[in-house]
Amino acid sequence: MPAAYDAIVIGGGHNGLVCASYLARAGRRVLVLERRERVGGAALSEQVFPGFTFSVYSYVVSLLRPEIIRDLELARHGLHILPLESTLTPLPNGDYLAQWSDHDQNRRELARHSLRDAEAYDEFGVLMHEMSRAVKPMLGMTPPDPGSLAPRDLIGLARLGAHFRSLGARKFNALSKLLTMSAADYLDEWFETEALKGTKSASGIIGTLAGPRSPGTAYVLLHHYMGEIDGVFRAWGFARGGNGSVSAAIASAARAFGADIRTSAPVERVLIEGGRAVGAVLHGGEEVRARLVVSGADPRRTFLNLLGAEHLPGEFVEAIRRFRFRGASGKVNLALDALPEFSCLPGAGPHLRGAISVSPSVDYLERAYDEAKYGEFSRRPYMDIVIPSMIDPAMAPPGKHVMSIFAQYAPYHLNGGWTDARREAFGDAVIDTLAEYAPNLKSVILHRQVITPADIEHAIGLTEGNIFQGELSLQQMFFLRPVPAWAKYRTPVSGLYQCGSGTHPGGGVMGAPGRLAALTILRDIA
Amino acid sequence: MLGALKTTPFHARTAPLCVSHAWRRWAGYVVASSYELSHEREYHAIRSAAALFDISPLYKYLVSGRDAAQLLDRVMTRDVAHAQVGQVLYTPWCDAAGKVLDDGTVVRLGEDVFRMTAADPNLRWLEDNGAGLDAEIEDVSERTAALALQGPAARMILQQLADSDLSALGFFRLVPARLRDIPVTISRTGYTGDLGYEIWLDAAHAVALWDTLVETGTSYGIMPAGMLALDLARIEAGLMLIDVDYVSARRALIGAQTSSPFELDLRWTVNLEKPNFVGKRALEEEAARGPAWQFTGVEIEWNALERLYTDVGLAPRLPVAAWRASVPLYSGGEQVGYATSGGWSPLLKKYIALAHLGNRWAAPGTVLEMEVTVEHRRQRAAAKVVKKPFFNPERKRA
Repeated sequence: MPAAYDAIVIGGGHNGLVCASYLARAGRRVLVLERRERVGGAALSEQVFPGFTFSVYSYVVSLLRPEIIRDLELARHGLHILPLESTLTPLPNGDYLAQWSDHDQNRRELARHSLRDAEAYDEFGVLMHEMSRAVKPMLGMTPPDPGSLAPRDLIGLARLGAHFRSLGARKFNALSKLLTMSAADYLDEWFETEALKGTKSASGIIGTLAGPRSPGTAYVLLHHYMGEIDGVFRAWGFARGGNGSVSAAIASAARAFGADIRTSAPVERVLIEGGRAVGAVLHGGEEVRARLVVSGADPRRTFLNLLGAEHLPGEFVEAIRRFRFRGASGKVNLALDALPEFSCLPGAGPHLRGAISVSPSVDYLERAYDEAKYGEFSRRPYMDIVIPSMIDPAMAPPGKHVMSIFAQYAPYHLNGGWTDARREAFGDAVIDTLAEYAPNLKSVILHRQVITPADIEHAIGLTEGNIFQGELSLQQMFFLRPVPAWAKYRTPVSGLYQCGSGTHPGGGVMGAPGRLAALTILRDIA
Repeated sequence: MLGALKTTPFHARTAPLCVSHAWRRWAGYVVASSYELSHEREYHAIRSAAALFDISPLYKYLVSGRDAAQLLDRVMTRDVAHAQVGQVLYTPWCDAAGKVLDDGTVVRLGEDVFRMTAADPNLRWLEDNGAGLDAEIEDVSERTAALALQGPAARMILQQLADSDLSALGFFRLVPARLRDIPVTISRTGYTGDLGYEIWLDAAHAVALWDTLVETGTSYGIMPAGMLALDLARIEAGLMLIDVDYVSARRALIGAQTSSPFELDLRWTVNLEKPNFVGKRALEEEAARGPAWQFTGVEIEWNALERLYTDVGLAPRLPVAAWRASVPLYSGGEQVGYATSGGWSPLLKKYIALAHLGNRWAAPGTVLEMEVTVEHRRQRAAAKVVKKPFFNPERKRA
C-alpha cells in the first residue's frame, strides 16, 4: 500500500508544528497527529474559567527563533508579541528591586541599591552579549558529533573549533567560566545586591531540579539571555492571546503550506515494518502510513512508549532511561476580581505590566531547592509571575485580571506522590507566599488552577512534567541531547526522527528543534 | 518612587524657562535642548555675551586620602601626581588595552583631595583600581550642582558677585570663592572654547545661585542656554563627545569600536614618563608604531556644496543644528574615514565637522570628499582636512 504521506508528525506542540511547516514548505505531504482536541501542547491558551483566558502552561515567549518567525511568516499568521519590559522583585523588608528596559531608569533604580551594581550591570550586559554571540552559532546548527569521522561532522567540528579560536583568549576564558560555574558564583563575581543576584540566578534554574549554587547553572543563564539578545525581533514578550496563539500561528502557517493537522488523534504506537518506521497506529487501531515518522514527544515517550525497547539497541535504551526529566516546577493560574496590590509599590503602575519575580536572594532560592532536593515542594517557592491582562486586556473581562504564576520547586518525585490534597497544599504555599507581598491577593481570587508536574505529565504528556522535555542541564545539551551520537534528530530506527525540545537546542518555546529536525529530514530524503 | 528620569537642582528655574518644551536626556537627567523656540540666540550668547548652562548631570567624584593622588595618577593618562593645588587637568582614562573608557577633568582641591568629573559612572572603576590604597572615593554627583557660565562677559558677571579677584584665575585653574555669600568653587574651564567658568556648589544653594547670576547677568546679556547651542560651540572648539565622537571601551561590542587617546588626538594628555598607569604598556607600543587613525577637523568647501544644490535648482541648505551621525569621507572613491559630528558655524561662516581619518589622509590640507544628501540623492562635496580647534579666541586663555 503506497504511503499517503511523506511524513507523519506525532504531536501538535509548537515544535511538531514548526517541523511540519518546514516539511510542507518544501513541498512534502505532511500529517500532524495530535492526541488532544487542540494543537499547542504546552503552548496553549484556554478559558479555564468563563471569560478568563489562561496561558495554561508556558506563558511567555523569549527564545522563539527569529528565522522561524521570518520563514513561516508568523506575523502574517497572527503572531503578535507584546513587550514585557520590566521585572519587579518585591522584598521582604517592604522595598523592591525593579529592572527596567530603559537604560537610565534601570540605572537609577539599581543605583538605589548599589552604585557599583548599577555600573557593573552595563558591563555584564556587554559580556553576556559577547557570550551569546559566542554560543549562538551552536543554536542554529545541527550539532556535529565529536565521536564521528563523517565528513559532515568533521567539517562541523572544524567550523566550531575555528569559531572558538576566533573568540580570542579573553572571551574564551569567560565562556569557560560560564560553562563550569554555578549561577550564584558567576553572579557573585559581578554584583553585590542580593535581590539582583537572586532574580538573575533564577534563569539558571528555571524548570530544572538544581539550585542556583549547583554547578553548570551559569550556562543556563546565558541560554535564557539569548532571547533578549535578538532584540531586533522583540521576540521577548507576551504573545497576544496567550501562548496558544504562538501554536495557532504556526498551525496556520503549516496549513497554508499544505500540511494536514488531525486533532483528537492519539497515536498508540509507531508502525514498524522490516525495521523501518512506516507510519503510526492510532488508538482504536487506525493505521496511517508515511515514508517517515517524526516524533515531537519527549525522548522517553518516543522510544519507550510509542516505539518500544524491543526495536532498539540495548545501550540506547539505557541512555534514554538515564536521560533526566525530574520536573521541578508547577503553575498556579488565577482569575482575579481586581489587581493585586503590592505593599512595596501600591496601585496599578507599569510594574504590573512586566514580570514579578519572587526571588529576594540567592539564599532564598537555594533554601527553596533544599526542600525539593529531599522530595518536598518549597514552602516558600521561587515564582515568576505575569499578569497577562495588564498587557493584553482581552485576556480577562474588563477590569478583571488573569495572573500566571510559575512556581518552583515542585518536584515530580514528591515524597508520597502527588495527590489532590498535596496539589492544593502546594497551591496554598504559593498563594500564602505571594500574599506576604500582595496582602489583598486572597480576597480577589475568583478561581484558582493549580498544576503540578504530575498534572503536566498527565495532561500534555511531558514525562515527569519537565517543561523542557528533559532537564536543560549542561550534561544534556548540544551533542549530548538526548543521547550521545543520536543528537541529530535521527534515531537508531530508520525512518524515525525526533523534533521535540528533548533534542538540541532544547526548550523554551524556541522552535529550533522542530526546524533543525525538518532540515535534517529534507536533506536525508532529498 | 517610579520617577523614571531625574531633574537637576536647577529644575525649578529651568523648567518654566523652557518654553520650547524641548528636553533631552543627559546621564539620566532631563535638561533643556533649547529654552527658546530656536537655539540660535543661545548659541550667539556664548560668543557675544554669556550663556548659562546647567551641567549638573556630570558625574562627580571626590577622591581623598593619603593615596588619592596615587590612585588618580594610576587611572589617568596625565600626570596627576604632580598637579598643583588649584590646577585642573583635562584627561582621558583607558583600560588595560590602552583604549579610552571616558574623559573628564581632575582638579586638585587640596594636597590629598581631588574632584573628578566624568561623562559615565566610574565609581566601580576607581574603587577597583584603588584596592589597597588609602583613598576614599565618594560619588558626589547628586549633591553637587554645577553651572557653566561661558562667553566674553562671563568674567565681568562673576566678578560682580565674587569676593575675590577673578582676573588672576588662569586657564584650567580653580579657586574657592563666595558668590554673594554662597560658597562655591570656580574653575576657569568649559566646553565651549571661549572665555568661561564652571561653578561647583552644594545642590542646596543651586536655586539661590541661579537667581543671583541671572539677576546680575541680565544687564550683560546673560542667557540660559541648552544643549543644542553647547553642541555647536564644542564642535567649533574641537572638543569630542563620548558616545558621539567615540565609543567607550566599556560599551564597545567589537574591537573596531574602541579608540586610543592617540587616535583621538590626545597625545598631549598621555604621559608615558609616569612610572605606571592603566594602559601604559599598550600605549607605549602604540606610541612606538604610531596610531592608525587620527581625529581631525574637516571643512566642507562652500563652492562644492553650492554647486551640488545649484545643479538641482536650489540654494545651498545648511544644517540648522549640529548633527551627530556617521558620515563617510572619501578619497578617490575609497572611504578613508568618517565624520561623527558637524554643523554650520554661524560665527565662522563655515560648514565644519569632526572626523576620524586613516593616517594617510589626516594631514591638514588634504582634500577629501564628504557625503552630503542633496534632494534625496547622495552626493559628495569636497572637504579639506584642517587643524582643530576651528575657533580659538585669545580671550579663552587671556
